[in-house]
Formats: sequence, C-alpha cells, structure tokens
Amino acid sequence: MKFTLSWLKEHLETTATLEQIAEALTDLGLEVEEVADPAARLRTFTLARVEHAEQHPDADRLRVCRVMTDEGEKQIVCGAPNARAGITVVLAKPGDYVPGIDTTLGVGKIRGIESHGMMASERELELSEEHDGIIELPSGEVGQRFVDWLAQNAPEKIDPMIHIKITPNRPDALGVHGIARDLAARGLGVLKPVTVQPVPGSFPCPIGVTIDGGVAGKAPFFAGRVVRGVTNGPSPVWLQKRLRAIGLRPINALVDITNFFTFDLNRPLHVFDAAKVSGNLVLRGACAGEELVALDDKTYPLPEGAVVICDDGGPESIAGIMGGAASGASEATTDVFIEAAYFDPISTAAAGRALKINSDARYRFERGIDPAFTLPGLELATRMVMDLCGGEASEVVTAGALPDTGRAYRLDPQRTSRLVGMDIPEADQRATLEVLGFRLDGDMAHVPSWRPDVLGEADLVEEIARIASLTKLQGKPLPRPRPGVPQPVLTPLQVREKTARRTAAALGYNECVTYSFIDQTSAALFGGGTDAVRVDNPISSEMSHLRPDLLPGLLQAAARNQARGFADLALFELGPVFSGGEPGDQAVRISGLLVGQIAPRDPFGSRRKVDLYDAKADVEAILQAIGAPSKAQINRKLDGWWHPGRAGNIALGPNVLATFGEVHPKVLRQMDVKGPAVGFTIQLAAVPFPKVKTPTRPALDLSELQAVERDFAFVVDPQVEALTLVNAAAGADKALIQSVSVFDQFTGLDNGQKSIAISVRMQPRDKTLTDAEIEAVARKVVDKVQKATGGTLRG
Amino acid sequence: MDDLTPLRQQWLDRITAATDPAAIEEVRLAALGKKGEISLKMRELGRMSPEERQTTGKALNQIRDEIDAALRARKLSLEDAALDARLRDEWLDVTLPSRPRRQGTIHPISQVTDEVTAIFADMGFAVAEGPQVESDWYNFDALNIAPEHPARQEHDTFFMHRAPGDDRPPHVLRTHTSPVQIRAMQDQGAPIRVIAPGRVYRMDMDQTHTPMFHQIEGLAIDRDISMAHLKWTLEEFCRAFFEVPSVELRFRASHFPFTEPSAEVDIRCSWEGGQLKIGEGNSWLEILGSGMVHPNVLRAGGIDPDQWQGFAFGMGIDRIAMLKYGIPDLRAFFESDLRWLRHYGFAAGDMPSVSGGLSR
Repeated sequence: MKFTLSWLKEHLETTATLEQIAEALTDLGLEVEEVADPAARLRTFTLARVEHAEQHPDADRLRVCRVMTDEGEKQIVCGAPNARAGITVVLAKPGDYVPGIDTTLGVGKIRGIESHGMMASERELELSEEHDGIIELPSGEVGQRFVDWLAQNAPEKIDPMIHIKITPNRPDALGVHGIARDLAARGLGVLKPVTVQPVPGSFPCPIGVTIDGGVAGKAPFFAGRVVRGVTNGPSPVWLQKRLRAIGLRPINALVDITNFFTFDLNRPLHVFDAAKVSGNLVLRGACAGEELVALDDKTYPLPEGAVVICDDGGPESIAGIMGGAASGASEATTDVFIEAAYFDPISTAAAGRALKINSDARYRFERGIDPAFTLPGLELATRMVMDLCGGEASEVVTAGALPDTGRAYRLDPQRTSRLVGMDIPEADQRATLEVLGFRLDGDMAHVPSWRPDVLGEADLVEEIARIASLTKLQGKPLPRPRPGVPQPVLTPLQVREKTARRTAAALGYNECVTYSFIDQTSAALFGGGTDAVRVDNPISSEMSHLRPDLLPGLLQAAARNQARGFADLALFELGPVFSGGEPGDQAVRISGLLVGQIAPRDPFGSRRKVDLYDAKADVEAILQAIGAPSKAQINRKLDGWWHPGRAGNIALGPNVLATFGEVHPKVLRQMDVKGPAVGFTIQLAAVPFPKVKTPTRPALDLSELQAVERDFAFVVDPQVEALTLVNAAAGADKALIQSVSVFDQFTGLDNGQKSIAISVRMQPRDKTLTDAEIEAVARKVVDKVQKATGGTLRG
Repeated sequence: MDDLTPLRQQWLDRITAATDPAAIEEVRLAALGKKGEISLKMRELGRMSPEERQTTGKALNQIRDEIDAALRARKLSLEDAALDARLRDEWLDVTLPSRPRRQGTIHPISQVTDEVTAIFADMGFAVAEGPQVESDWYNFDALNIAPEHPARQEHDTFFMHRAPGDDRPPHVLRTHTSPVQIRAMQDQGAPIRVIAPGRVYRMDMDQTHTPMFHQIEGLAIDRDISMAHLKWTLEEFCRAFFEVPSVELRFRASHFPFTEPSAEVDIRCSWEGGQLKIGEGNSWLEILGSGMVHPNVLRAGGIDPDQWQGFAFGMGIDRIAMLKYGIPDLRAFFESDLRWLRHYGFAAGDMPSVSGGLSR
C-alpha cells in the first residue's frame, strides 16, 4: 500500500515529521517498506542571488555571473539563457551531489574561467522535466535551504511517498483514511472525519439491478446509479499527481475517480459506460464456457460459479475483480453507471485465484472491505464525478442486503495488562479502542464495521497493545520451571541422534543435509517412489517424492562432488525418511557413504579402495556409541540396493538394527557414481533402549590366573562364514572360553576352500589349567567347529 | 701374602681393553666365572690361616666387587655407544606428511540446533518433535488459519498426493514448525515449555529461498506468562546465541493468525563493510516472529485459555546460522559441496554447552 504524505494529511491533522510518522507506522504493525523522500536529495542546496552577469569572453552561450551566497560572493559560469542579475536561484556548491546529472560538483574551469558551483534547473534536481533555464524563485533569502523554501511554497514538489506492508488481517489499512486512523490512535494527530452529503437523484435509474438467488451469499449487496451528461477526459492535475505518486497510470477522470476511492477510503468501485449496457444488470454465477475480455484486454475463461455482472448480452464484469473492456468508461462516455457493491471475501479470493488476476479490487474484497461504507462510498463518488465531469445523478438502485457485522466483546483491562506484561491504565485502553472506532458500552466493545479481523477478546488486547507500542515493552525474567540446576530435557532418542551424529563426524564423515524429496527414479531404486509419497505440486521433477532412504541423497551428493573433481568421499546424513504419506510414516536414520579410496596417496601406501569392512567398522563404532548390544546377529536378508554378496544386516532376531556393505553396482551406475562405494544405515529407533537407566557399572570381573591362548586354523568351504565358526568355537566351553577372534584368512586352497585362523582365549577361574585340560578344550573346539561348518583342522 | 695390586690392575686393564659385549663377557668369565682367576683365589682362602684369611679375604672381596662394578660400567658404556651408533643410523624424515586421517564435520544446521537447544534447555525448555507430513488440521486449522484465510495462500504449501476415493483434505508438508505446538500441548497439557526444531517446506526457490529449510519453534504456557517474559526470553537467547555482552531487541506489532498480540522482533546491529555485528549500530535486523498464543490455538491443543496463557515464537535456523557464522548463501546448505562442508562445518568435539560456550 502506497500513499504520499500530503495525501495522508488530507485525513490526518498532524504536525508530526515524516520520520515520526514512518517510525510510528512500523511500530503499529504497518511496516514501512520504503520511504521515497524527494527532499532527501535536495538538502544541500541553498538559495542565492545573481548580482551581476556578463558575457563569457570565449563563449557565446555562456555567462559569467557574480552570485551572492551564504558564503559570500562567488563566480559561477552559467549556460542558461535566463541567467541574469537580480534573480533568486538554487545553488549547488562544489562538493554537492546533483541527482539529475548524477555528478558531484567540483571547482571547474570553463573555457578558462573558474566556476565555483552551479545554478540548477528543475531537471537537474529531478523536480520536473523542465530544463529551458535555471530555477528562478519568486521569493526566498540568500542562504535559505531550498527544501525549506519548497516546504513553505511548493510542498507538492517534495511530497514523500510511503510504502507500507499490510498484514492480511488489516483490510482497513488499505485506504489512506484507515492508516490515518491508526496514527491518530497513536496520538500523532487528529483524524479528519469523512463527511458524506448524499446527492439526491433527479430521475429514476435507467438501469435496474438484481442478484440471482444462487449467488446471494457471494454477492450480498449491490448498489449503483447513473450520472448522465458527463464530460469524461483527463482528470485534474492534483488527481493525476496523486495516482502517479503511488505508481498508478491516470486513464480518464471516471476511471481515476474509482482508483482514487480504492486507495483513499478502501472503497473499490466500478464504472460502466451506461450506453454500452443493454438492459438491466444481473449478478449471477458464470456458466461453463463463458468468457470475458477484461479491462486489461485479456480474454478470461470464466470459472463456473464465479459471480459475474451481466447485461442482456452476457457478462460485463467479474464481481470484485475486474471490469469488462466492452462496457468500460472511455473518454466518449456521456452516461456513466457507478457500481458500489459488497462481495464476499472467500468467494472473491477463490474466483481471483482461479482467474489468476491480481487487481487492487480483488486484493481488497478478499481481505474484507467495510460493508457499511458501500452507500456512503457511492455518494462520495457521485459527488466527485459531478464535480469533475458534470452531469446529473439518478436515484440509487440497490439489490440484496448488507451483511450484519455487529458484534461486541468484553474488554477486561486487567487481562490486557496480564497478557501484555505492561501496565496500561483502563482509561487509556478504552480511549484507544474508541479512537479506533470501537463503541464502548459498559465493558462491551462493539467492533467497527471496517474491522472484520476482530473476532474475540484477544483481538481487543492486540489492538490496545499495538497502539500502546510494543517497543516500550520491558523484558521480565522468566522463572525457571523449578529452582536449581536444570534437568536434562532431551529424550533418549534425541540423545542417541546427537551421539550418532558426533560419532560419525569423529569417524571422519562430513555431515550433509539433503532435501527430503528426491526424484521418482532414485526413490524407486530404494524401494520408494510410490504415489503415497508423491508431492502433488513439486517444485521440480527432481523433488517429486519423499525419500524412502538417506542413501540416494548421499549418492547424488557424491556424484555432484565427483563431477567437481572430488573422488574420495566420506559423507553422512542423519534425518527423516518416509515410508508412506501419513503423518506417522516417518523414521529417523543415519546413513554413511564411503566412496573411492580410503586415503589420499601418501608415502606409506595407505591408499586403497574402500571396502565393506570399512563400513562395518564405522557402523559398529556408531552402534557401540549409542549403546547397541554387542552380540547381534548378521543376516543377508538384504534390500535390493545392496550388493547381494557383500552386505549384511546387523539384527536382533527379526529386528534389523543396521545394514552395511557395498552399494549395488547397478544403483551406482544409475546414479552416476563412480565406485567403489560402501555404506551403512542405522535405524536409530530400532536399537533397544536400556530398560533401567542407572549410572552404576557392573563390578569389574578380574581373574588372578593367567589366561591361555591357543590358535587354530580350519579349512572350510568358501562360503562358510567366519561368525559361524567363531560362535561354534566359543560354544565349546562357555565357562572357560572368554573370547574367540579371527586373526587370519587364506583363500584359494585346493577345491576353492579357504582357511580361517582363530585364536581362542581361555580364562581359568579357580586353578591354573593343566596341559591335559587345555588339550581337552582344544579337542572340543575342533569338534564343535567341524560339526558346525564341516571344517577340518589345517594340517 | 701376595700383593694383590698387580692382579687388580691387570683385570681392570683387560676390562678397559674389551670393546664389545662378547669380550666383556669373556673377561667376566675369566675373572669372576666359576673357574675365573678371582674365583679360584677365593676358593684358596679355605686353606689359609684365620688371620691370613681375614686380610686376604677382605682384599679379594674388594677386588671382586671392584672388577664387577668395572665390568658393569664398561658394559653400559659400550651399550650406550652402540645405541648412539644405532640412533645415528635411524634418521627419518620427520617432515614427511603424517599418516592420513579423515577429518569429519558437523553441518552448521546441526551445530546451531545444538546451540539453540543448549540455551533453551538451560531455561527449562524440552525438545518436542512432530511429523513433517502433516494433516492440514495441524498445519493450519488448529493454528487458527481457516481454509479461506489469506495466510493459507501465502504459505506456498506443498500438498501430498491423495489416492482417488480418499476424500480427506490432502496432507501437507508442514509449512512451519508450529503444528508441533499443538501436538506438544495435546501430549503434555499445561504448564509446558518446549522448543521444536526441524525441517519445514515451502514452494519457493530463488536466490534466497529453498523449498526446504529449518525452523525452531518455542512455546511456553503457564498461569501468568506474559509478553514481557517473551521479550526477556528472546533477549537472553539472542545474547547467549550471538555471544555478545548485550543485545537490544525491538518488538514491532505484526500479525500471525496463531498469536495475539503478535510481534516481529528486530535486533540492533550494524553492517560495517558487509560485516554484521549484533548488539551495536543503527540498523535493525528482523530475526523472528512471536506473540502470545491465540486462545483458539490453546483450545486446539486442549488447553483452557481462561486458565492458561503463554507465548510462542519461531525463527529460521538456517537464517540465524547464516547471521552468526557469516554464511552467505542459503542454497549451499543443501548442496553437500565437500569444500563447503569442510569450510563451514564444525568439529565433532565442538559440543555447544552453556558452561563451555557455544562456539570456539
């Protein structure tokens, strides 16, 4: 919403400065986006008088002037034809910035003669396009600031434009009058009342109006009248200036009047050329297939059911949004039909959205204009039409009835202070509401018809607080919920997320945050991409489906980094994945991805391709950090995006905690990632939480007796898993065997067999083991392993 | 009795002459071994008279100890010399690079979320969470944004697909973290203090907007929490978060459907040479929206607005991260450019805390 200071002053009796007004507007919730103050660029210029002017010795068109300034007499060379002794001029001194020529002046030498400044034309000061000569002022003293002279003698030339942002709840501030009302309530002046003197009709309105019953809810009230015998042409200069100042193009007097009331009093109007209206006007819902060429000369297919204003020939105007080109007022118009109506905000918004028309009228109707001002607005417009264009007014015709906006809420001054935390005396609270147009009846505040947003007691509080100024609010310490040291607030899962994230970073992974939505193809590679997780209005096809997994985002990130020349990567992300389109279908996971080589080239030969055991080490480290049980099984019931032979799930029975391994080469190819790539995913919530939380550790169990280690090497079939062998060995004597570890593997024996070497550590409890006892355990180990794996002790 | 002096001298000389551990051992055996000269002499003591035995024995013991000490000393000095020689050969180029170790990083969004959480946890706020696919009731209606409310259009909402025949209004990707307010109130009732950080989504992508970004929501409901408490809480938060001695906030009346009164909050700052400084200067920077929770919102959360009142606020995590750490481009947050992650990321051990400070 834009307006000028002088326009505001038509509605507000005030002595406040522009700065005070701008500050108050922002503070009141009418946030100032921009103040364009033409005076700001003119502050350095002062008045001067030409004492003497003579021909420049070396230039026909130049004159050398002696000019009296506030700093004494100066010599200035001037090319203006009107530069002559005795005139009062506007002086720009060396060092001043002259906006119209975009130059900062210096002391110059023009054809050999020094010039100490410049006498400016209106164009050079961006006051107008006038450049036939320098400014000659009819009054003013030497040394007086030019802006001060303008303020006294020609304020319209430096009328500041103010642009404010209006929140959707404040349709009343979409007219200059409403803005003035807020400022008056703040104490920045007195609101000038809008006086309406009805224009009596001197003949019956030749155009009748009816509202089709089906649209009575969308178009409750319609009023209008004809003014005949008007002379339409350019509107007067003051009106054109006003419209131009806020960025509107003057069209003709009748149209300019409608625009003026739209911005002056938030009263959108429409004018029809009565001669082009055949028969009467009917408001009805648009039928399928109907079209209208609107005032912007575009043809709009009308949305079925949108309210249109029709004559015998069909739709002439889209209610509350835009008029039709055919029946619009032109310079040839002699009889005009002025429309003032009240249209329902919701249906206007719906029609406007369907039509994709953003007009000043739609903007206002959909936020809610003052229904009670419909007829007064029509009267004011009639008067202005007759003032500017002459003519004779008919009687007013109306259809429908205005909605009743009467309602009242209780004002509880104590509650106001308690909510805001600021002591506002009851009298002030009441006074504020009254200036804003509320009518107070005891403790009941009756809401003015122009405030559709006020719908409860809390809205009264807001009005009072905003006028009282939240800037004045003093902070007050919020007591802790309980005295003393704060208690931890994170849930166990939140703590776990934090731990997992920090551990992954400590393991050398760079954390990424990728979008929750990915393209359908990538989603489908990871078991997603169905309609259930499809975004109906994606911003691009790259972001059409909620991600089923974190790996596709990381793989895309890897591909982008590889394209930039970074081939070796360790990336991770912790965040939500989506199994469906319902609010609960979301789980938090952490995934890591290692791509390329484990290390850069170095003198120690550290460089090698990443492999699944790297991923396994990292996933185990994170699982350990978040307190997962150390004894989990590993199975190969893998999802399709893992390498079927080089990946595994870490599980507790059917409960899969994590997966690690090589990403399926097909997936890498489709996602343009140069392998090898290994990764892991942990289902953070699947890892069981401790049943009892206690800081106490179990007692440390140490034996005084020396442990004994025995090594075994078994020859087994190639697909026998080491863990099977280890578990079998450990089961040989659960009391004695403390741990079993694999320390070697050798593949490629005869028949494709392999050898796995394990070390079994026996920890005696009550006495040192004899050789015979150790030998007995060793035999059991061999038996057990053989039974479980078919493996034999390597000779 | 023989003079033992030459004997002593002879052995000491032989020790000095030995130049490697083997020679030392040879001397030791020849002198002190079972059949060594000194040992044999000591065995002869038994055949002497008591007087002789006393004097000679004493002298022999002395010589034996002396030779033994000399042997040890010589051995040690030879070992030292050998070690010195070995160390001279064991020179390595210490300017070679170290064995490579990957340096991981924490994303600024996670780091700043941890910072904000640390501050609010100290003030007694728990962390609440909610789904990112939300019903339109939680995302809009419960927050006093009726279907026809203009704010609904301004949210640039992403809608989820609805299967044919499913006549429910489509779910949305939450446009703000505010629905978590409703869920938290429904779960916990009043009094309540929570913050809710997380991803939010709006259909907007240009220089300064991404279709996904992060917000943090705050909610405090009690018997008599006022807007003055809100102001203090935000002042304390900003002071702690931006790690400056003091901040000045300006509350500007504004409008949000879910709060009343509502205020936009600006923070005093300066922009000298493109460098933002919080807490000083003549500029104001809008950093968050806030207000007193609207009675309709309390009701939607199952809380009686006649008994309870309180404040809510919301701000952009990405935005405050950019402001605090001087990160210029929002879009880069989600691009996972390794150079960016390394440059703007944080070390794993940089855990923000109220006691240790938020940043290094």
